[in-house]
Amino acid sequence: MGDRIELDVPARPEFLSLVRSIVTLIAETGSKLPDRRIEDLRLAVTEACANAIDAERRKPESERQPVVVSCDLEADYVVVEVHDEGGGFDPDAITPHPDVTKPARLMFERGLGIPLMRELTDELDFRREGGGTTVRLVVTAHLRR
Amino acid sequence: MDLGLDVRQEAEWTVLAVSGEIDIATAPSLREKLHSLLADGHLQLIIDLDEVTFLDSTALGVLVGVLKRARTEGGELRIVCNQPRVRKVFEITRLDSAFDLCTSVEDAVKGGARE
Repeated sequence: MGDRIELDVPARPEFLSLVRSIVTLIAETGSKLPDRRIEDLRLAVTEACANAIDAERRKPESERQPVVVSCDLEADYVVVEVHDEGGGFDPDAITPHPDVTKPARLMFERGLGIPLMRELTDELDFRREGGGTTVRLVVTAHLRR
Repeated sequence: MDLGLDVRQEAEWTVLAVSGEIDIATAPSLREKLHSLLADGHLQLIIDLDEVTFLDSTALGVLVGVLKRARTEGGELRIVCNQPRVRKVFEITRLDSAFDLCTSVEDAVKGGARE
Protein backbone atom coordinates (compact mmCIF):
# COMPACT_ATOMS: atom_id res chain seq x y z
CA MET A 1 0.00 0.00 0.00
CA GLY A 2 1.22 3.46 -0.85
CA ASP A 3 0.69 6.69 1.01
CA ARG A 4 -2.63 8.53 1.16
CA ILE A 5 -3.06 12.25 1.67
CA GLU A 6 -6.41 14.00 1.98
CA LEU A 7 -7.20 17.70 1.75
CA ASP A 8 -10.36 19.62 2.65
CA VAL A 9 -10.43 22.65 0.39
CA PRO A 10 -12.77 25.65 0.70
CA ALA A 11 -15.04 25.71 -2.37
CA ARG A 12 -13.70 29.02 -3.63
CA PRO A 13 -11.89 29.65 -6.94
CA GLU A 14 -8.97 31.42 -5.26
CA PHE A 15 -7.95 28.11 -3.66
CA LEU A 16 -7.63 26.28 -6.98
CA SER A 17 -4.05 27.40 -7.63
CA LEU A 18 -3.06 26.24 -4.14
CA VAL A 19 -4.70 22.83 -4.62
CA ARG A 20 -2.94 22.07 -7.89
CA SER A 21 0.39 23.21 -6.42
CA ILE A 22 -0.05 20.92 -3.41
CA VAL A 23 -1.18 17.91 -5.49
CA THR A 24 1.77 18.46 -7.83
CA LEU A 25 4.19 18.54 -4.89
CA ILE A 26 2.58 15.45 -3.37
CA ALA A 27 2.97 13.53 -6.66
CA GLU A 28 6.55 14.73 -7.11
CA THR A 29 7.40 13.66 -3.57
CA GLY A 30 5.54 10.37 -3.36
CA SER A 31 5.66 8.87 -6.85
CA LYS A 32 8.02 8.44 -9.76
CA LEU A 33 5.81 10.03 -12.39
CA PRO A 34 7.84 11.79 -15.10
CA ASP A 35 7.46 15.56 -15.43
CA ARG A 36 5.08 15.32 -18.40
CA ARG A 37 2.69 13.11 -16.46
CA ILE A 38 2.90 15.40 -13.43
CA GLU A 39 1.80 18.20 -15.79
CA ASP A 40 -1.13 16.05 -16.99
CA LEU A 41 -2.10 15.40 -13.37
CA ARG A 42 -1.84 19.11 -12.52
CA LEU A 43 -4.27 20.07 -15.28
CA ALA A 44 -6.66 17.15 -14.75
CA VAL A 45 -6.91 17.86 -11.01
CA THR A 46 -7.55 21.54 -11.74
CA GLU A 47 -10.42 20.61 -14.08
CA ALA A 48 -11.94 18.21 -11.54
CA CYS A 49 -11.65 20.70 -8.67
CA ALA A 50 -13.03 23.55 -10.80
CA ASN A 51 -16.13 21.46 -11.54
CA ALA A 52 -16.47 20.57 -7.85
CA ILE A 53 -16.13 24.22 -6.79
CA ASP A 54 -18.71 25.23 -9.42
CA ALA A 55 -21.10 22.57 -8.10
CA GLU A 56 -20.73 23.81 -4.52
CA ARG A 57 -21.15 27.44 -5.60
CA ARG A 58 -24.57 26.67 -7.06
CA LYS A 59 -25.77 26.17 -3.48
CA PRO A 60 -26.56 28.99 -1.04
CA GLU A 61 -23.36 30.16 0.63
CA SER A 62 -24.38 28.92 4.07
CA GLU A 63 -24.79 25.35 2.73
CA ARG A 64 -21.50 25.07 0.87
CA GLN A 65 -19.09 22.39 1.97
CA PRO A 66 -15.38 21.93 1.36
CA VAL A 67 -14.23 19.97 -1.67
CA VAL A 68 -12.39 16.84 -0.54
CA VAL A 69 -9.30 15.92 -2.53
CA SER A 70 -7.54 12.64 -1.78
CA CYS A 71 -4.30 11.40 -3.32
CA ASP A 72 -3.22 7.76 -3.25
CA LEU A 73 0.40 7.39 -4.18
CA GLU A 74 2.14 4.41 -5.71
CA ALA A 75 5.54 4.42 -7.37
CA ASP A 76 4.20 4.28 -10.91
CA TYR A 77 0.74 5.78 -10.61
CA VAL A 78 -1.29 8.32 -8.67
CA VAL A 79 -5.01 8.13 -7.94
CA VAL A 80 -6.79 11.38 -7.12
CA GLU A 81 -10.41 11.57 -6.02
CA VAL A 82 -12.29 14.87 -5.87
CA HIS A 83 -15.58 14.91 -4.02
CA ASP A 84 -18.21 17.62 -3.81
CA GLU A 85 -21.64 17.72 -2.23
CA GLY A 86 -23.02 19.85 -5.03
CA GLY A 87 -25.94 17.68 -6.10
CA GLY A 88 -24.33 15.49 -8.73
CA PHE A 89 -24.50 15.51 -12.52
CA ASP A 90 -24.57 13.12 -15.43
CA PRO A 91 -21.32 13.35 -17.42
CA ASP A 92 -22.90 11.34 -20.24
CA ALA A 93 -25.56 14.02 -20.68
CA ILE A 94 -22.98 16.54 -21.92
CA THR A 95 -23.57 17.54 -25.54
CA PRO A 96 -20.64 16.43 -27.70
CA HIS A 97 -18.88 19.32 -29.38
CA PRO A 98 -18.90 19.61 -33.17
CA ASP A 99 -15.56 19.13 -34.88
CA VAL A 100 -13.26 22.14 -34.53
CA THR A 101 -13.27 22.67 -38.29
CA LYS A 102 -17.00 23.44 -38.20
CA PRO A 103 -18.12 27.00 -37.43
CA ALA A 104 -20.66 25.62 -34.94
CA ARG A 105 -17.72 24.60 -32.73
CA LEU A 106 -17.31 28.22 -31.71
CA MET A 107 -20.75 28.19 -30.09
CA PHE A 108 -19.27 26.06 -27.29
CA GLU A 109 -17.38 28.07 -24.69
CA ARG A 110 -17.98 25.58 -21.91
CA GLY A 111 -17.85 21.83 -21.58
CA LEU A 112 -14.20 21.50 -22.61
CA GLY A 113 -13.08 20.30 -19.19
CA ILE A 114 -14.27 16.69 -19.20
CA PRO A 115 -12.98 15.87 -22.71
CA LEU A 116 -9.67 17.40 -21.64
CA MET A 117 -9.59 15.26 -18.49
CA ARG A 118 -10.27 12.13 -20.56
CA GLU A 119 -7.23 12.89 -22.72
CA LEU A 120 -4.95 13.63 -19.78
CA THR A 121 -5.71 10.62 -17.59
CA ASP A 122 -5.33 6.85 -17.88
CA GLU A 123 -8.61 6.23 -16.06
CA LEU A 124 -11.46 8.62 -15.34
CA ASP A 125 -14.79 7.88 -13.77
CA PHE A 126 -17.59 9.73 -12.07
CA ARG A 127 -19.89 8.36 -9.44
CA ARG A 128 -22.75 9.77 -7.47
CA GLU A 129 -21.85 9.62 -3.81
CA GLY A 130 -23.48 11.19 -0.77
CA GLY A 131 -25.11 14.38 -1.95
CA GLY A 132 -22.81 14.97 -4.87
CA THR A 133 -20.16 13.61 -7.19
CA THR A 134 -16.82 11.89 -6.78
CA VAL A 135 -14.42 12.09 -9.70
CA ARG A 136 -11.69 9.46 -9.68
CA LEU A 137 -8.73 9.95 -11.96
CA VAL A 138 -5.61 7.88 -12.42
CA VAL A 139 -2.38 9.08 -13.98
CA THR A 140 0.37 6.52 -14.54
CA ALA A 141 4.04 6.90 -15.34
CA HIS A 142 3.29 5.66 -18.87
CA LEU A 143 3.74 8.43 -21.46
CA ARG A 144 0.57 8.69 -23.54
CA ARG A 145 1.82 10.92 -26.35
CA MET B 1 -3.20 35.03 -7.62
CA ASP B 2 -3.53 37.99 -9.97
CA LEU B 3 -3.25 37.78 -13.72
CA GLY B 4 -0.95 40.24 -15.47
CA LEU B 5 -2.74 42.00 -18.35
CA ASP B 6 -0.63 44.55 -20.25
CA VAL B 7 -1.92 46.28 -23.37
CA ARG B 8 0.29 47.86 -26.02
CA GLN B 9 -0.01 48.83 -29.66
CA GLU B 10 2.10 47.24 -32.43
CA ALA B 11 1.28 48.89 -35.78
CA GLU B 12 -2.45 48.35 -36.31
CA TRP B 13 -2.57 45.51 -33.78
CA THR B 14 -3.52 45.73 -30.12
CA VAL B 15 -1.38 43.32 -28.11
CA LEU B 16 -2.58 41.95 -24.79
CA ALA B 17 0.34 40.33 -22.97
CA VAL B 18 -0.96 37.93 -20.32
CA SER B 19 1.16 36.61 -17.45
CA GLY B 20 0.39 34.16 -14.67
CA GLU B 21 -2.07 31.29 -14.33
CA ILE B 22 -5.47 31.28 -16.04
CA ASP B 23 -8.19 29.23 -14.33
CA ILE B 24 -11.68 29.83 -12.93
CA ALA B 25 -10.26 32.31 -10.44
CA THR B 26 -8.53 34.54 -12.98
CA ALA B 27 -10.37 33.87 -16.26
CA PRO B 28 -13.11 36.46 -15.47
CA SER B 29 -10.55 39.30 -15.48
CA LEU B 30 -9.17 38.08 -18.83
CA ARG B 31 -12.68 37.86 -20.29
CA GLU B 32 -13.53 41.35 -19.04
CA LYS B 33 -10.34 42.86 -20.45
CA LEU B 34 -10.71 41.25 -23.87
CA HIS B 35 -14.37 42.15 -24.26
CA SER B 36 -13.63 45.67 -23.10
CA LEU B 37 -10.92 45.98 -25.78
CA LEU B 38 -13.35 44.73 -28.45
CA ALA B 39 -16.05 47.12 -27.22
CA ASP B 40 -13.56 49.98 -27.53
CA GLY B 41 -12.98 49.11 -31.18
CA HIS B 42 -9.72 47.13 -30.86
CA LEU B 43 -10.76 44.57 -33.44
CA GLN B 44 -7.28 43.42 -34.44
CA LEU B 45 -6.10 41.62 -31.36
CA ILE B 46 -2.98 39.66 -30.51
CA ILE B 47 -3.05 37.74 -27.25
CA ASP B 48 0.49 36.96 -26.10
CA LEU B 49 0.48 33.88 -23.84
CA ASP B 50 4.24 33.42 -23.58
CA GLU B 51 4.29 34.43 -19.91
CA VAL B 52 1.33 32.24 -19.02
CA THR B 53 2.45 29.38 -16.77
CA PHE B 54 -0.86 27.51 -16.61
CA LEU B 55 -4.03 27.47 -18.68
CA ASP B 56 -7.16 25.33 -18.28
CA SER B 57 -10.43 24.76 -20.13
CA THR B 58 -11.99 27.90 -18.63
CA ALA B 59 -9.28 29.93 -20.35
CA LEU B 60 -9.94 28.16 -23.64
CA GLY B 61 -13.62 29.00 -23.23
CA VAL B 62 -12.77 32.69 -22.84
CA LEU B 63 -10.58 32.60 -25.96
CA VAL B 64 -13.27 30.80 -27.98
CA GLY B 65 -15.80 33.45 -26.92
CA VAL B 66 -13.48 36.28 -27.90
CA LEU B 67 -12.65 34.66 -31.25
CA LYS B 68 -16.34 34.29 -31.99
CA ARG B 69 -17.08 37.91 -31.12
CA ALA B 70 -14.05 39.24 -33.00
CA ARG B 71 -15.10 37.39 -36.15
CA THR B 72 -18.71 38.53 -35.81
CA GLU B 73 -17.53 42.13 -35.62
CA GLY B 74 -15.16 41.79 -38.57
CA GLY B 75 -12.03 41.61 -36.44
CA GLU B 76 -9.06 39.26 -36.24
CA LEU B 77 -7.51 37.39 -33.35
CA ARG B 78 -4.03 35.90 -33.25
CA ILE B 79 -2.45 34.07 -30.34
CA VAL B 80 1.24 33.91 -29.50
CA CYS B 81 2.06 30.71 -27.70
CA ASN B 82 5.44 28.96 -27.47
CA GLN B 83 5.29 27.29 -24.08
CA PRO B 84 4.92 23.53 -24.61
CA ARG B 85 2.68 23.03 -21.58
CA VAL B 86 0.28 25.76 -22.83
CA ARG B 87 0.39 24.67 -26.49
CA LYS B 88 -0.43 21.15 -25.41
CA VAL B 89 -3.82 22.27 -24.05
CA PHE B 90 -4.70 23.72 -27.47
CA GLU B 91 -3.50 20.56 -29.19
CA ILE B 92 -5.35 18.10 -26.95
CA THR B 93 -8.63 19.93 -27.51
CA ARG B 94 -7.76 20.35 -31.22
CA LEU B 95 -8.34 24.08 -30.84
CA ASP B 96 -4.89 24.66 -32.33
CA SER B 97 -6.64 24.35 -35.69
CA ALA B 98 -9.36 26.88 -34.76
CA PHE B 99 -6.95 29.61 -33.62
CA ASP B 100 -4.23 31.40 -35.53
CA LEU B 101 -1.30 30.37 -33.31
CA CYS B 102 1.90 32.32 -33.88
CA THR B 103 5.46 31.94 -32.60
CA SER B 104 6.04 35.61 -31.74
CA VAL B 105 4.29 38.96 -31.61
CA GLU B 106 6.47 40.02 -34.55
CA ASP B 107 5.21 37.10 -36.65
CA ALA B 108 1.65 37.77 -35.60
CA VAL B 109 1.92 41.41 -36.68
CA LYS B 110 3.53 40.40 -39.98
CA GLY B 111 0.68 38.18 -40.97
CA GLY B 112 -0.05 35.39 -38.59
CA ALA B 113 2.79 33.15 -39.69
CA ARG B 114 1.41 29.76 -38.85
CA GLU B 115 3.65 26.89 -37.96
